[in-house]
Amino acid sequence: MASIAPEMPAPTRALGLLPDDTPLTLVDADGRAVPGDLDMPADGILLELYRRMVLARRFDTQATALTRQGRLAVYPSAHGQEAAEIGAVVALREQDWLFPTYRDSVAVVSRGVDPVEVLTLLRGDWHCGYDPYSRRVAPQCTPLATSALHAVGVAHAARLKHEDTVALAMLGDGATSEGDTHVALNFAAVWQAPVVFFVQNNGYAISVPLARQTAAPTLAHKGIGYGIPGVRIDGNDAAAVYAGVRRAVVSAAAGGGPVLIEALTYRVEAHTNADDATRYRSQEEVDSWVPRDPLTRLRRYLTGRGLLGDQAAAALEAEAEAGAAALRERMNTDSALDPADLFEHVYAAPTAALRGQQRELAWELAAEAGDGEQTR
Amino acid sequence: MTAIAEGPARTQRAPGGQARTGRAAPEQAAPEQEAETVTMAGALNRALADALADDETVLVFGEDVGALGGVFRVTDGLAARFGETRVFDTPLAESGIVGTAIGMAMNGLRPVVEMQFDAFAYPAFEQIVSHLAKLRNRTRGRVALPVVIRIPYGGGVGGVEHHSDSSEAYYAHTAGLRVVTPGTPGDAYTLLRLAIESPDPVVFLEPKRRYWAREATVLDHTGPALDRAVVRRPGSDVTLIAYGAMAGTALEAAEAAGAEGYSVEVIDLRSLSPFDDDTVTASVRRTGRAVVVHEASRFCGYGAEVAARLSEQCFHYLEAPVRRVAGFDIPYPPPHLEDYHLPSVDRILDAIDSLQWRETRGDAEAGR
Repeated sequence: MASIAPEMPAPTRALGLLPDDTPLTLVDADGRAVPGDLDMPADGILLELYRRMVLARRFDTQATALTRQGRLAVYPSAHGQEAAEIGAVVALREQDWLFPTYRDSVAVVSRGVDPVEVLTLLRGDWHCGYDPYSRRVAPQCTPLATSALHAVGVAHAARLKHEDTVALAMLGDGATSEGDTHVALNFAAVWQAPVVFFVQNNGYAISVPLARQTAAPTLAHKGIGYGIPGVRIDGNDAAAVYAGVRRAVVSAAAGGGPVLIEALTYRVEAHTNADDATRYRSQEEVDSWVPRDPLTRLRRYLTGRGLLGDQAAAALEAEAEAGAAALRERMNTDSALDPADLFEHVYAAPTAALRGQQRELAWELAAEAGDGEQTR
Repeated sequence: MTAIAEGPARTQRAPGGQARTGRAAPEQAAPEQEAETVTMAGALNRALADALADDETVLVFGEDVGALGGVFRVTDGLAARFGETRVFDTPLAESGIVGTAIGMAMNGLRPVVEMQFDAFAYPAFEQIVSHLAKLRNRTRGRVALPVVIRIPYGGGVGGVEHHSDSSEAYYAHTAGLRVVTPGTPGDAYTLLRLAIESPDPVVFLEPKRRYWAREATVLDHTGPALDRAVVRRPGSDVTLIAYGAMAGTALEAAEAAGAEGYSVEVIDLRSLSPFDDDTVTASVRRTGRAVVVHEASRFCGYGAEVAARLSEQCFHYLEAPVRRVAGFDIPYPPPHLEDYHLPSVDRILDAIDSLQWRETRGDAEAGR
């Protein structure tokens, strides 16, 4: 490791930490460009955002279908949140870290992790199926907000090591009520750590609406309490999410400290396939978000500008369909799991007691397999 | 089995039990380097300083560990010597200290963090149990977290509420953590150096009532491995199994019992997780009797695990049930009452007395 940085200067905090009254938007629900603070991403980036959202939605649908076929234990859908998920991931650089939650599988896939490895958790084969270092993606976190602190630690360590690395911590609206969100925002602010806190406000924490989570004017308003700028973005506008997160990443990387982003979106599906959303929200409410669909919106913009023709759109659909088919095929096999693995990664080397328990399990399995020679 | 003399009746029961004999000197290493007299706090300070000097990925942080040097002065002088990017104060939030340590370890550093007091570590419990302990397992060994969490623990220092907990069982129950606790200044140095070098997360419990205990010793870390117990005093009649502050109390009891004719072996466990079955069972198979001593409450306390393991592994060698001398099953008492709660030399001696010696003696008298 490089030598540790000298003492960091005390941060000078500017005013203007409060979010704007209206969420930052670049493309409105009708697909029209909206002038504002953010710069419209380049055409190539917009096309890539759209492509990845199409792939993400198809992945999401396929994953939900796999729960019905018994191939996944559970799947928390991100349907409707593709602009937030993909916009944030595309804004990250290769050297940055992503800290996703259980709902952010499409973000992890979009970051380049093998989808089958991503679904290892939800398939029930292991708690994390991918190497976090391969794409700098932390394991998907199931407890709320705890990984935000890990993001702060990774980012602070990067600064100490003079590495140009930003950590993006994904959170949901419900997670903002957890103590670790508060602690992470505070530590990041005090240390001026290069962290982007990215809250996807999708309206519900399982069944509980935002009004029961907070009395704050908005979630982005919480930033000022820590000395962190709070930014609200239309989370169904992939262009705005990309531009807003990119701006935060560049600022944090340049030593500007952490940023709190609230992306306003909507969870179109139930919490998971096991949830019944009709018990706590109306179909009218769900239907009201259909015109704000993130894919429709960006497609209208791209089509309107002549950047996406019918042929290209059809090619994207075909690519997504092929991806889903490949995923289906790869998931449609029985897992090959070795119960002896249970003991292998508890410590760097198994303890004598763990080796003993490993042997006990092996004997038990051998006896069940009808090995008449095996005695206990 | 040596012959057992009947001890004098013990009628005085002052709280905390005045020791009937002086304190036994701990075993001393045969020094090649020159021995020096250090306190446990001083030995821990040296271990941190030497680790910081040897490995620039080591960081020390927590509450008041910088300019103040920690409320027990264990980090005294480290910030001045190593700079405030390597030894620094954090905001006051234990989950933040451990949670960010996890992230720093993910990114190649070796954090050594301090929880100011045992009971103040509980806000970090989720980070310790659900993340620090599990991340290696979750990622099939791809993410190692070499983090040390130093926690001053235990009572006997007159601390007010929430400053005297013995929380070792919570951590020892959690797979993926190593849990160690030193009983002597020399071992404090050794264990802390080994803990910092360990690729696994270590909960390092410091018996705060022994912080100012002195020992003439050589500070090095070539001693017994991180997961080994040590025999602090050899004996042949009964094995006292203790750790942390109670290792010293057990040695005092062994000395007193010696005056009464018992030959008492004292094992200082050092490592609570993993448990050193080899050292403990070898001793108990030889002595045939065992008493486990700890400050923590008896119910589901660490001694329950020790007693269960001994009955599983040494049943046919045991001359008497394994006894536990432990704190009562009460919230830690206020300072003016804590001596009634803490295991004392006399309580340990009573437990030794109760180990069915008369039957053995009767057999011996019958010509066995």
